[in-house]
Amino acid sequence: MTAVLTKSTAHSIVEASPRAKAVAGGLVILYAVITILPLLWIVATAFKSQSDAIAYPPKVIFQPTLEGYVNLFTVRTRQTPDFIAKLPPPETWYDKLVRRRDMVIAGPSKVVPRFVNSLIIGFGSTFLAVFLGTLAAYAFSRFRIPLADDLLFFILSTRMMPPVAVAIPIYLMYRQLNLTDTRLGMILLYTAVNVSLAVWLLKGFIDEIPREYEEAALVDGYTRLQALRKVVLPQAVTGIAATAIFCLIFSWNEYAFAVLLTSGEAQTMPPFIPFIIGEGGQDWPAVAAATTLFVVPIVLFTVLLRKHLLRGITFGAVRK
Amino acid sequence: MIPGVSEPAKSRATRRVRGLSDRTIAWLFVAPTIALLLAINIFPLVWMIRLSFTSLNLSMSYLPLRFVGLDNFTDILTDEDVWIRLQTTAEFVIWSVALQVVIGFGLALLINRQFRGHSFWTTIILLPMMLSPAVVGNFWTLLLQPQIGPFNYLISLFTGVPPSSFSMTGQVSLAPWTIVLVDTWMWAPYVMLICLAGLRSIPDYIYEAAEVDRASPWRQFWSITLPMTVPFLMLAVLFRAIENFKMFDMVNLLTSGGPGSTTELVSITLKRAAFEKWRTGYSSALAIILFVTVFGAANIYVKALNKVKQR
Repeated sequence: MTAVLTKSTAHSIVEASPRAKAVAGGLVILYAVITILPLLWIVATAFKSQSDAIAYPPKVIFQPTLEGYVNLFTVRTRQTPDFIAKLPPPETWYDKLVRRRDMVIAGPSKVVPRFVNSLIIGFGSTFLAVFLGTLAAYAFSRFRIPLADDLLFFILSTRMMPPVAVAIPIYLMYRQLNLTDTRLGMILLYTAVNVSLAVWLLKGFIDEIPREYEEAALVDGYTRLQALRKVVLPQAVTGIAATAIFCLIFSWNEYAFAVLLTSGEAQTMPPFIPFIIGEGGQDWPAVAAATTLFVVPIVLFTVLLRKHLLRGITFGAVRK
Repeated sequence: MIPGVSEPAKSRATRRVRGLSDRTIAWLFVAPTIALLLAINIFPLVWMIRLSFTSLNLSMSYLPLRFVGLDNFTDILTDEDVWIRLQTTAEFVIWSVALQVVIGFGLALLINRQFRGHSFWTTIILLPMMLSPAVVGNFWTLLLQPQIGPFNYLISLFTGVPPSSFSMTGQVSLAPWTIVLVDTWMWAPYVMLICLAGLRSIPDYIYEAAEVDRASPWRQFWSITLPMTVPFLMLAVLFRAIENFKMFDMVNLLTSGGPGSTTELVSITLKRAAFEKWRTGYSSALAIILFVTVFGAANIYVKALNKVKQR
């Protein structure tokens, strides 16, 4: 699967016996199933009706419905049967679904703007962080920079601060600059958090590209910048892509800053999801639907990233 | 040759003809990152240090900024509550890191046996740690609902305890363990991944030699596997301890510090002081104390780690 996970020991005498392998496999599969069950439960809940979702004992077999998704994307108001009888017949399937519960759709919910915020802030900060990170990583990798080690450690140490602690002065600063609850403010903040990871990871990737390639290009009359663009960047493309996905996942998942520094305009999905409230309390199918939609890209990215996972989550401290 | 101009300077000059000099490029490339970090990290940090000596309260910000010297710090360090929160945090860090290391290392040993399909199952195990803590905290809240959640139902199925008689997040005796449990569910895979890298870094020939010497599997584990993975384990402990010490998101969603203050980690205290009571001066001081603690502990630990690596 990955560099970490595939080294073959096939011809070695330390190869585990078939029985040991079967036991190990069984235990791991058991753990994996326990791990995945909560997630599957959420995915299933998203397709339950409100009453099935809060049924006791919890329902494993149920009539699937898209009610949760409809509720997630719309705001509904409860009406008297008389009022509903007077309305023209429902036009769409989701109209019918909602009307059956004596409700009418009052308008779209906030979920789309929140999702868009997540996308804009996620991609914006990722692009900036990877751009700045590539430049800095290249410089750290190829040039002699005074105090390079100290600078690198400083860049890393910005991550040791608890987000709640950093949020206090950032909040004050943003208030002065009119950046509170703006996308720009969040993009800058996430860029700053991501850039440390980007520099560390990319430096590792660029270090692995032999210097000889660029030196040859320089001898051929390329300038440094040309050599960077035409020789180094194409070689570093996988590393850059992996770094970008890590940055994206971070800003996609980030909760602490988002909940403390945004309230409406720039609010992303994570602080929004827990507050999807339906008629009569927590609307679990809608919450589960939002969670499912939110988690799908992450699952895809995880599969894509398998190879680089270790490096990304340890800042490149563990290579392999 | 122009007198007084040395050889390297001249070659630098010739290179400049073809573009920017290397030194200029180095600075141009590093400067934006450093500038951003200075603006978003260091400047606020300095501001926070300044505020920690004031009595600023944002809900009463019409009051003029008054410097109170070290009062905030002495208030915090003599406040018994703060020490209790620190203790809660320390207990949480110790228990969850210990559990994660045991489970993660165990899983890594099992996966390292390369049974069929191991990469597929590994990917599944790795999923939780890629999720947003917001999402995790949120859906565990559903799973742990005493009335409707499947967790309580399963427990009652196996033990006969009525499902609505206990609440994993609402009961003083259970809430801290719930946090540890969910955190372990999410992060044991992380430790597993690092341990796996450690196990894969041990060259086969060492085991082959041990096999030739007829060392028992048990002996091989204690004299080869464990010592050679210790640096990796220590790294995992470092990363997890720092992260758990700052942990805010999941607790905020699962219990928001309750019931009472049984799961109130320091970061929750900090959030309450800063964003609910708006005691900015006080919370800045607390933040600095925390930062110094993490930073100091991490530094000491990294020194120890390097020593182990050199052995």
